[in-house]
Amino acid sequence: MKIDISKGILAHNDALAEENRQLFKESGTFVVDLMASPGAGKTSTILATIAALRDRYRIAVIEGDIASRVDAEKISRHGIPAVQINTGGACHLESAMIRRAAGALDLDEIDLLIIENVGNLVCPTDFDLGEHAKVMILSVPEGDDKPLKYPGIFAISEAVILNKCDTMSVFDFNRESFDEVVKGLNPTAPIFPISATKGDGVDAWCDWLTARIEAMRAAE
Amino acid sequence: MHEMGICDGILKSALEAAEAEGATRINHIDVTFGELTQIVEDALQFAFEVQRADTIAAEATLGITILEGRSRCMDCSAEFKHDRYEVKCPECGSYLCSLIQGRELRIDSIDVD
Repeated sequence: MKIDISKGILAHNDALAEENRQLFKESGTFVVDLMASPGAGKTSTILATIAALRDRYRIAVIEGDIASRVDAEKISRHGIPAVQINTGGACHLESAMIRRAAGALDLDEIDLLIIENVGNLVCPTDFDLGEHAKVMILSVPEGDDKPLKYPGIFAISEAVILNKCDTMSVFDFNRESFDEVVKGLNPTAPIFPISATKGDGVDAWCDWLTARIEAMRAAE
Repeated sequence: MHEMGICDGILKSALEAAEAEGATRINHIDVTFGELTQIVEDALQFAFEVQRADTIAAEATLGITILEGRSRCMDCSAEFKHDRYEVKCPECGSYLCSLIQGRELRIDSIDVD
Protein backbone atom coordinates (compact mmCIF):
# COMPACT_ATOMS: atom_id res chain seq x y z
CA MET A 1 0.00 0.00 0.00
CA LYS A 2 1.31 3.42 -0.94
CA ILE A 3 0.97 6.30 1.53
CA ASP A 4 1.48 9.89 0.33
CA ILE A 5 3.43 12.07 2.74
CA SER A 6 4.68 15.06 0.70
CA LYS A 7 6.35 17.03 3.44
CA GLY A 8 9.73 18.58 4.07
CA ILE A 9 12.38 16.20 5.36
CA LEU A 10 13.48 18.91 7.75
CA ALA A 11 9.88 19.72 8.73
CA HIS A 12 10.69 19.09 12.39
CA ASN A 13 13.70 21.48 12.27
CA ASP A 14 11.77 24.06 10.23
CA ALA A 15 8.78 24.04 12.60
CA LEU A 16 11.06 24.66 15.58
CA ALA A 17 12.90 27.36 13.61
CA GLU A 18 9.55 29.07 13.04
CA GLU A 19 8.87 28.93 16.81
CA ASN A 20 12.30 30.45 17.43
CA ARG A 21 11.51 33.21 14.93
CA GLN A 22 8.31 33.95 16.84
CA LEU A 23 10.21 34.11 20.15
CA PHE A 24 12.75 36.52 18.66
CA LYS A 25 9.95 38.63 17.24
CA GLU A 26 8.23 38.89 20.60
CA SER A 27 11.44 40.05 22.29
CA GLY A 28 12.46 42.32 19.38
CA THR A 29 15.78 40.50 19.04
CA PHE A 30 17.58 40.54 15.68
CA VAL A 31 19.39 37.24 15.09
CA VAL A 32 22.29 36.68 12.72
CA ASP A 33 23.77 33.24 11.95
CA LEU A 34 27.51 33.54 11.16
CA MET A 35 28.95 30.65 9.16
CA ALA A 36 32.56 29.99 8.10
CA SER A 37 35.38 27.44 8.01
CA PRO A 38 37.31 26.67 11.21
CA GLY A 39 39.88 29.42 11.65
CA ALA A 40 38.31 31.97 9.28
CA GLY A 41 37.95 34.41 12.17
CA LYS A 42 34.33 34.02 13.29
CA THR A 43 35.09 34.81 16.93
CA SER A 44 37.42 37.71 16.02
CA THR A 45 34.74 39.15 13.72
CA ILE A 46 32.17 38.83 16.51
CA LEU A 47 34.50 40.62 18.94
CA ALA A 48 35.07 43.41 16.40
CA THR A 49 31.30 43.66 15.85
CA ILE A 50 30.69 43.84 19.60
CA ALA A 51 33.28 46.62 19.95
CA ALA A 52 31.60 48.62 17.19
CA LEU A 53 27.97 48.15 18.21
CA ARG A 54 27.89 47.60 22.00
CA ASP A 55 27.08 51.24 22.75
CA ARG A 56 24.07 51.10 20.47
CA TYR A 57 22.70 47.59 21.04
CA ARG A 58 22.52 45.04 23.86
CA ILE A 59 24.34 42.04 22.38
CA ALA A 60 24.56 38.32 23.26
CA VAL A 61 26.28 35.42 21.55
CA ILE A 62 25.51 31.72 21.08
CA GLU A 63 28.69 29.78 20.35
CA GLY A 64 28.44 26.50 18.45
CA ASP A 65 31.41 24.15 18.59
CA ILE A 66 31.95 20.42 18.53
CA ALA A 67 33.68 20.66 21.91
CA SER A 68 35.14 23.11 24.49
CA ARG A 69 34.04 26.41 26.07
CA VAL A 70 36.96 28.40 24.68
CA ASP A 71 34.88 30.72 22.48
CA ALA A 72 32.15 31.47 25.02
CA GLU A 73 34.82 32.33 27.58
CA LYS A 74 36.52 34.67 25.11
CA ILE A 75 33.22 36.52 24.57
CA SER A 76 32.27 36.56 28.28
CA ARG A 77 35.57 38.26 29.14
CA HIS A 78 34.22 41.28 27.24
CA GLY A 79 31.17 41.44 29.50
CA ILE A 80 28.81 40.04 26.88
CA PRO A 81 26.40 37.18 27.73
CA ALA A 82 27.54 34.04 25.89
CA VAL A 83 26.07 30.53 25.79
CA GLN A 84 28.15 27.64 24.52
CA ILE A 85 26.55 24.78 22.60
CA ASN A 86 28.69 21.67 22.23
CA THR A 87 27.35 19.56 19.40
CA GLY A 88 29.53 16.60 20.40
CA GLY A 89 30.54 15.80 16.83
CA ALA A 90 27.63 17.19 14.83
CA CYS A 91 28.83 19.42 12.02
CA HIS A 92 26.13 22.12 12.19
CA LEU A 93 23.60 23.73 14.55
CA GLU A 94 19.89 22.87 14.43
CA SER A 95 16.89 24.87 15.59
CA ALA A 96 16.33 22.73 18.71
CA MET A 97 19.85 23.56 19.95
CA ILE A 98 19.17 27.28 19.45
CA ARG A 99 15.93 26.96 21.40
CA ARG A 100 17.76 25.40 24.37
CA ALA A 101 20.55 27.99 24.24
CA ALA A 102 18.09 30.88 23.92
CA GLY A 103 16.38 29.58 27.05
CA ALA A 104 19.55 30.40 28.99
CA LEU A 105 19.41 34.04 27.85
CA ASP A 106 17.04 36.85 28.80
CA LEU A 107 15.88 37.63 25.25
CA ASP A 108 13.89 40.70 26.37
CA GLU A 109 17.22 42.28 27.32
CA ILE A 110 18.91 41.48 23.99
CA ASP A 111 18.71 43.56 20.79
CA LEU A 112 21.23 41.61 18.74
CA LEU A 113 21.90 37.89 19.08
CA ILE A 114 24.88 36.58 17.13
CA ILE A 115 25.02 32.82 16.51
CA GLU A 116 28.47 31.45 15.71
CA ASN A 117 27.80 28.26 13.77
CA VAL A 118 30.13 25.24 13.79
CA GLY A 119 33.15 25.77 11.51
CA ASN A 120 32.02 24.18 8.24
CA LEU A 121 31.24 25.47 4.73
CA VAL A 122 28.74 22.74 3.83
CA CYS A 123 26.32 21.45 6.43
CA PRO A 124 25.00 24.63 8.13
CA THR A 125 23.52 25.88 4.86
CA ASP A 126 20.51 23.53 4.81
CA PHE A 127 19.31 24.28 8.36
CA ASP A 128 16.97 27.13 9.25
CA LEU A 129 17.59 28.22 12.85
CA GLY A 130 14.94 30.94 12.96
CA GLU A 131 17.52 33.65 12.29
CA HIS A 132 16.85 36.88 10.39
CA ALA A 133 19.99 36.65 8.27
CA LYS A 134 22.63 34.10 7.41
CA VAL A 135 26.02 35.71 6.82
CA MET A 136 29.25 33.95 5.91
CA ILE A 137 32.90 34.76 6.43
CA LEU A 138 35.67 33.63 4.12
CA SER A 139 39.24 34.43 5.07
CA VAL A 140 41.85 35.38 2.50
CA PRO A 141 44.26 32.48 3.29
CA GLU A 142 41.51 30.00 2.32
CA GLY A 143 41.87 31.15 -1.29
CA ASP A 144 39.81 32.97 -3.93
CA ASP A 145 38.56 29.66 -5.43
CA LYS A 146 36.34 28.77 -2.46
CA PRO A 147 33.06 30.05 -3.99
CA LEU A 148 33.64 27.55 -6.81
CA LYS A 149 34.24 24.69 -4.39
CA TYR A 150 31.50 25.52 -1.88
CA PRO A 151 28.84 27.32 -3.94
CA GLY A 152 25.91 26.48 -1.64
CA ILE A 153 26.95 28.62 1.30
CA PHE A 154 27.78 31.61 -0.92
CA ALA A 155 24.40 31.30 -2.63
CA ILE A 156 22.30 31.39 0.55
CA SER A 157 24.25 34.03 2.53
CA GLU A 158 22.77 37.52 2.60
CA ALA A 159 26.21 39.07 2.96
CA VAL A 160 29.78 37.83 2.56
CA ILE A 161 32.54 39.04 4.87
CA LEU A 162 36.05 38.65 3.47
CA ASN A 163 38.33 38.55 6.53
CA LYS A 164 42.11 38.83 6.98
CA CYS A 165 42.29 41.28 4.07
CA ASP A 166 45.60 42.56 5.41
CA THR A 167 47.18 39.30 4.12
CA MET A 168 45.87 39.68 0.55
CA SER A 169 49.29 40.18 -1.08
CA VAL A 170 50.93 37.33 0.85
CA PHE A 171 48.35 34.80 -0.35
CA ASP A 172 48.07 36.10 -3.91
CA PHE A 173 44.30 36.39 -3.50
CA ASN A 174 42.58 37.51 -6.71
CA ARG A 175 39.84 39.82 -5.47
CA GLU A 176 38.44 40.47 -8.94
CA SER A 177 37.90 36.82 -9.77
CA PHE A 178 36.50 36.18 -6.26
CA ASP A 179 33.95 39.00 -6.64
CA GLU A 180 32.95 37.79 -10.09
CA VAL A 181 32.21 34.24 -8.94
CA VAL A 182 30.33 35.43 -5.83
CA LYS A 183 28.24 37.72 -8.02
CA GLY A 184 27.32 34.79 -10.25
CA LEU A 185 26.19 32.77 -7.25
CA ASN A 186 24.51 35.57 -5.36
CA PRO A 187 24.13 38.90 -7.19
CA THR A 188 22.51 40.78 -4.29
CA ALA A 189 24.95 39.88 -1.48
CA PRO A 190 27.34 42.68 -0.56
CA ILE A 191 30.99 41.72 0.07
CA PHE A 192 32.66 43.35 3.09
CA PRO A 193 36.47 43.20 3.08
CA ILE A 194 37.65 43.44 6.68
CA SER A 195 40.56 42.75 8.96
CA ALA A 196 38.78 41.80 12.17
CA THR A 197 41.77 41.95 14.49
CA LYS A 198 42.93 45.33 13.15
CA GLY A 199 39.43 46.79 12.78
CA ASP A 200 39.76 47.69 9.07
CA GLY A 201 36.47 47.62 7.15
CA VAL A 202 34.42 46.65 10.23
CA ASP A 203 32.39 49.88 10.01
CA ALA A 204 30.88 49.04 6.59
CA TRP A 205 29.82 45.59 7.80
CA CYS A 206 28.35 47.05 11.00
CA ASP A 207 26.50 49.75 9.01
CA TRP A 208 24.85 47.00 6.95
CA LEU A 209 23.96 45.05 10.09
CA THR A 210 22.59 48.18 11.76
CA ALA A 211 20.45 48.93 8.68
CA ARG A 212 19.03 45.38 8.84
CA ILE A 213 18.27 45.66 12.57
CA GLU A 214 16.58 49.04 12.10
CA ALA A 215 14.57 47.72 9.12
CA MET A 216 13.28 44.86 11.31
CA ARG A 217 12.31 47.32 14.05
CA ALA A 218 10.59 49.66 11.59
CA ALA A 219 8.54 46.75 10.23
CA GLU A 220 7.18 45.88 13.68
CA MET B 1 28.22 14.63 6.66
CA HIS B 2 24.86 16.07 7.72
CA GLU B 3 23.13 13.31 5.75
CA MET B 4 22.72 11.46 9.09
CA GLY B 5 20.47 14.30 10.30
CA ILE B 6 18.62 14.39 6.97
CA CYS B 7 18.12 10.63 7.08
CA ASP B 8 16.84 10.84 10.64
CA GLY B 9 14.17 13.27 9.37
CA ILE B 10 13.20 10.88 6.57
CA LEU B 11 12.88 7.89 8.90
CA LYS B 12 10.93 9.85 11.54
CA SER B 13 8.34 10.98 8.98
CA ALA B 14 8.12 7.53 7.37
CA LEU B 15 7.73 5.68 10.68
CA GLU B 16 5.10 8.16 11.91
CA ALA B 17 3.07 7.80 8.71
CA ALA B 18 3.37 4.00 8.76
CA GLU B 19 2.30 3.82 12.38
CA ALA B 20 -0.71 6.05 11.71
CA GLU B 21 -1.87 3.55 9.06
CA GLY B 22 -1.16 0.54 11.30
CA ALA B 23 1.48 -0.78 8.88
CA THR B 24 3.86 -3.49 10.04
CA ARG B 25 6.57 -3.09 7.44
CA ILE B 26 7.93 -0.33 5.20
CA ASN B 27 9.06 -1.63 1.79
CA HIS B 28 10.12 1.56 0.08
CA ILE B 29 10.54 5.30 0.71
CA ASP B 30 10.59 7.92 -2.05
CA VAL B 31 12.32 11.26 -1.46
CA THR B 32 13.13 14.26 -3.64
CA PHE B 33 15.88 16.76 -3.26
CA GLY B 34 17.12 19.71 -5.27
CA GLU B 35 20.55 19.89 -6.85
CA LEU B 36 21.27 23.09 -4.95
CA THR B 37 21.03 21.49 -1.51
CA GLN B 38 24.12 20.07 0.12
CA ILE B 39 23.02 16.43 -0.10
CA VAL B 40 25.44 13.80 -1.41
CA GLU B 41 23.38 10.88 -2.77
CA ASP B 42 25.83 8.13 -1.78
CA ALA B 43 26.21 9.54 1.72
CA LEU B 44 22.42 9.59 2.10
CA GLN B 45 22.08 5.95 0.95
CA PHE B 46 24.82 4.97 3.40
CA ALA B 47 23.17 6.83 6.27
CA PHE B 48 19.87 5.15 5.38
CA GLU B 49 21.39 1.67 5.46
CA VAL B 50 22.83 2.33 8.92
CA GLN B 51 19.79 4.02 10.45
CA ARG B 52 16.99 1.78 9.12
CA ALA B 53 18.26 -1.15 11.26
CA ASP B 54 15.97 -2.26 14.10
CA THR B 55 12.95 -0.43 12.69
CA ILE B 56 10.04 -1.66 10.55
CA ALA B 57 11.97 -0.11 7.65
CA ALA B 58 14.95 -2.46 8.18
CA GLU B 59 14.44 -4.01 4.72
CA ALA B 60 13.25 -0.87 2.97
CA THR B 61 14.82 0.69 -0.13
CA LEU B 62 15.27 4.42 -0.65
CA GLY B 63 14.32 5.99 -3.98
CA ILE B 64 15.93 9.39 -4.63
CA THR B 65 14.72 11.85 -7.26
CA ILE B 66 16.98 14.84 -7.90
CA LEU B 67 15.52 18.08 -9.27
CA GLU B 68 17.68 20.42 -11.34
CA GLY B 69 18.02 24.09 -10.46
CA ARG B 70 15.52 26.37 -12.24
CA SER B 71 15.13 30.13 -11.93
CA ARG B 72 13.08 32.96 -13.37
CA CYS B 73 14.80 36.13 -14.57
CA MET B 74 13.44 39.18 -12.75
CA ASP B 75 14.38 41.45 -15.66
CA CYS B 76 12.99 39.60 -18.70
CA SER B 77 10.87 36.84 -17.04
CA ALA B 78 12.65 34.02 -18.90
CA GLU B 79 12.68 30.66 -17.12
CA PHE B 80 15.83 28.59 -17.38
CA LYS B 81 17.70 25.67 -15.81
CA HIS B 82 21.16 26.09 -14.31
CA ASP B 83 23.83 24.34 -12.29
CA ARG B 84 24.74 25.25 -8.73
CA TYR B 85 27.60 27.52 -9.74
CA GLU B 86 26.05 30.34 -11.68
CA VAL B 87 22.53 31.69 -11.87
CA LYS B 88 22.59 33.98 -14.88
CA CYS B 89 19.78 34.54 -17.38
CA PRO B 90 20.75 32.99 -20.75
CA GLU B 91 18.40 35.40 -22.55
CA CYS B 92 19.44 38.81 -21.24
CA GLY B 93 22.50 38.08 -19.08
CA SER B 94 20.95 39.40 -15.85
CA TYR B 95 22.03 38.00 -12.50
CA LEU B 96 18.80 39.10 -10.82
CA CYS B 97 16.94 35.82 -10.82
CA SER B 98 14.56 34.16 -8.44
CA LEU B 99 14.92 30.46 -7.72
CA ILE B 100 11.83 28.37 -8.51
CA GLN B 101 13.28 24.88 -8.09
CA GLY B 102 16.41 23.25 -6.70
CA ARG B 103 16.37 23.58 -2.90
CA GLU B 104 13.75 20.88 -2.19
CA LEU B 105 14.23 18.41 0.66
CA ARG B 106 11.04 16.40 0.63
CA ILE B 107 9.72 12.98 1.55
CA ASP B 108 7.14 12.04 -1.08
CA SER B 109 5.60 8.69 -0.18
CA ILE B 110 6.16 5.31 1.39
CA ASP B 111 5.09 1.80 0.39
CA VAL B 112 3.98 -0.36 3.31
CA ASP B 113 2.40 -3.70 4.20
